[in-house]
Amino acid sequence: MDTPGGGAPPVIRIESVSKNFGAVPAVAGVSLDITRGDFFCLVGASGSGKTTLLRLIAGFERPERGRILIDGEDMTNRPPYARPVNMMFQSYALFPHLSVADNVGFGLVEERRPRAEIRDRVAAALELFDMAGLSARKPHQLSGGQRQRVALARALVKKPKILLLDEPLAALDKKLREKAQLELVALRERVGITFVMVTHDQEEAMSMASHIALMRDGALCQVGTPRQLYDEPQSRFAADFFGVANLFDEAEGRTVMVRPEQIAVSRERPQRANVLAAALTNTVFLGNAYVCHFALDGGKVVQARLSPADMAALGALATGERVHLSWEPAAARVLTS
Amino acid sequence: MNVRRSIALISVLGFGYAFLYLPIAILIFYSFNDSRLVTVWSHASLRWYAALLDNEQMLDAAWLSLRVAAVSATLSAALGTAAAFALQRLKPFFADRGYEALVMLPLIVPEVLIGLSLLLLFVVLGNAIGWPSERGAMTITLAHATFGTAYAAVVIRARLSQLDPSLDEAAAILGATPWRTFRRVTLPLLMPAIAAGWLLSFTLSLDDVVVASFVTGPGASTLPIVVFSSVRLGVSPQINALATLMVLFVSCLILAATLMTRRKHA
Amino acid sequence: MSIVAGEGRGMRRIVLGGTAAWLALFTLAPFLIVLAISLVEARFGVPPYTPLFEWGEGLWPAFNGTIANYLTLASDPLYLEAFASSLRIAATAALITLIVAYPMAYAIARARPSARSGLLMLIILPFWTSFLIRVYAWMELLNANGLINVLLIKLGVITQPLALLNTEFAVHLGIVYSYLPFMVLPIYAVLERMDWTLLEAAEDLGAGPFRAFWRVTLPLSLPGIVAGWLLVFIPALGEFIIPDLLGGPGTLMLGRVLWTEFFSNHDWPLASALAVSLLTIVLMAAAFLYRLLQRGEAAS
Repeated sequence: MDTPGGGAPPVIRIESVSKNFGAVPAVAGVSLDITRGDFFCLVGASGSGKTTLLRLIAGFERPERGRILIDGEDMTNRPPYARPVNMMFQSYALFPHLSVADNVGFGLVEERRPRAEIRDRVAAALELFDMAGLSARKPHQLSGGQRQRVALARALVKKPKILLLDEPLAALDKKLREKAQLELVALRERVGITFVMVTHDQEEAMSMASHIALMRDGALCQVGTPRQLYDEPQSRFAADFFGVANLFDEAEGRTVMVRPEQIAVSRERPQRANVLAAALTNTVFLGNAYVCHFALDGGKVVQARLSPADMAALGALATGERVHLSWEPAAARVLTS
Repeated sequence: MNVRRSIALISVLGFGYAFLYLPIAILIFYSFNDSRLVTVWSHASLRWYAALLDNEQMLDAAWLSLRVAAVSATLSAALGTAAAFALQRLKPFFADRGYEALVMLPLIVPEVLIGLSLLLLFVVLGNAIGWPSERGAMTITLAHATFGTAYAAVVIRARLSQLDPSLDEAAAILGATPWRTFRRVTLPLLMPAIAAGWLLSFTLSLDDVVVASFVTGPGASTLPIVVFSSVRLGVSPQINALATLMVLFVSCLILAATLMTRRKHA
Repeated sequence: MSIVAGEGRGMRRIVLGGTAAWLALFTLAPFLIVLAISLVEARFGVPPYTPLFEWGEGLWPAFNGTIANYLTLASDPLYLEAFASSLRIAATAALITLIVAYPMAYAIARARPSARSGLLMLIILPFWTSFLIRVYAWMELLNANGLINVLLIKLGVITQPLALLNTEFAVHLGIVYSYLPFMVLPIYAVLERMDWTLLEAAEDLGAGPFRAFWRVTLPLSLPGIVAGWLLVFIPALGEFIIPDLLGGPGTLMLGRVLWTEFFSNHDWPLASALAVSLLTIVLMAAAFLYRLLQRGEAAS
């Protein structure tokens, strides 16, 4: 795998790491470098090994093979409590018997910091998350959003080199989640450390990450920026995972992918290299766009996404009507695997 | 819900709870009866309570029972916590199922069998290594701790299985070693269950006739042994008074425990 | 748990080793000793049984085991009768408990959700008061001069007091009374999880309330019924206090017979053989219960 960002030494280096659960390989020979200051997302379906990889970085699991280095130091055999890493859990894992302030100060107590310093740093962390007034509350007296912020404050107050986030937004409802996505990205810029986040939601990964690693069956499928993964997927799997892909098999086993929004629809045959004749099978109105399904002569279904303006220019399309589908040569991406 | 069915369900509960509570209520009522014939009411008095306070044998037995119950409950709570941990978290490398079966065995084995088997153990040990040299308060305490541990382990394990395992991981990644994690996170969260396990073992010990009868020796009679031998001869008003005091004592314990957990939650 | 790997090994060893040693000494060893002593003969002396192994001239000790005690149990009508009546009384008492407990569990499950935990608490509460005292309370009620007889005579139902105490009826009553919570709780647990719209569906499909109960509620609560039945049956089998105080000298139940063999006849080996037989029956019932509970867990 190529190193995203290149240049500067990586803050995390994962060297051919493998981890099995019984006979089941959860992570199989993964090598990955993560750049300092990155907002790095591990995405994949459940069972793809993304959570195990995160837990390997945290130290909750130990690899059977390979090494994990943080800032050039070998962490492979270090227990979690001796790693310069903190984590925000999917369930937040707030200690139910401790107040908000004691939750946030938990890690500082373990560092044997003086009492006054703990008090000041906890207060500052709570201030940062607008939680100053709630420091005496217990976790069960907080709303979901407030709990999330306590969990973040607790993980960041120790000034770790890396913050790991395990599906940090999964417990929030949709509206709150979108707001929290922006806040997390802004937070990373403010604190300046590396974030490594696990999510199963490709849209979330796209909108938040500076780099994404797509995982499948315990292995890395593709690593790159969100644009690279969307525009230049290397495999069918990656193409399908990030949005809708129209796949066309060409000669010599080559497969070409075209995104629905790159496909133009016209009644007349356009002067383009890639033109296919097709019949409309149905249209779905989404408000800001129309999604049209077309059947090619061989029966293959192609999806095109048209803006309301395109649709108006085209005029009313009847089901069964024959049209031409076309795209620019640059819009087609040859899948390499 | 229709009215006829509501009435039916309410009367079912009414009869059910009457069945459960009336015998004890009647027992308490007659403890204040002055007559020597338990169920022939003469007039209200505290005569049998006074008699109870003069009954040296009964008071000694009560004191012994309380000591045995306190020590064995404490042993049970400690061992039960360890056993619950072993079962829920550590997963013994040797025969997982066998370990579990051994922990749970005293829950289903009849009391006569626990009593007999422990007595035989003490006899065989006494003959082989000279310990225990005599049977009494200590052997009763150990026997009670044996079944108390099983009950405490069940209660504590249930709580342990409900704890979010990521709490331990959160503590670990915030810098706490396994021992510190146990001290600062797991133990405080388990405390209500450990207290409940202690209370359960305590009341079971305080209540036990059968096991204690087997493993006791000369001179060590717990309160239930004394009560049982008296009751075997027939009903007696003094036992009514004692029963009333015991119900009162247990009610206070449970009330205190309930209030304590309430306050914790608030 | 993976985070204790490497670190915390010492703690792990102490916890596992300590509890294992305790269990081996106070749970496993006693049962093995009972098994060993069930294979020897009684004698006068201290201890009152013959040794299982005897070290003589040779390298190996001589094995003195005999199954005579088990043969006695299998041939003497007294013990056979004890086995039979233990099984019979435990089974019928558990059945009666079921009949009493089911409507209560049902009523609690159909009560307002806010009331349920209080109603359950009231079911469990008597369990915390002394077992001995609860059995004693019935001794007092069932007595010839007891409240029940006094009331019945006052009401003119009977003229002579009924012999209620020291009967099998009293033993059944004592078991039902003492073990009622054991039956209510598992049945309630099943009913509480039940989807009551199933009953509406049944009625919609033409079943009257009783048919709907018979064809839907009852089959769905069967796991709770069987679990509850076993939870009463198992402890009732080896019960000592209830048959002794309420059943009187005429009641032959295994727990009482074992007690008598040990305390009155001082026949430790025979008591041990009884114990092993009783344990075998109890373990078989418990294994069945365990299977049932596991299947229930897998299903939910």
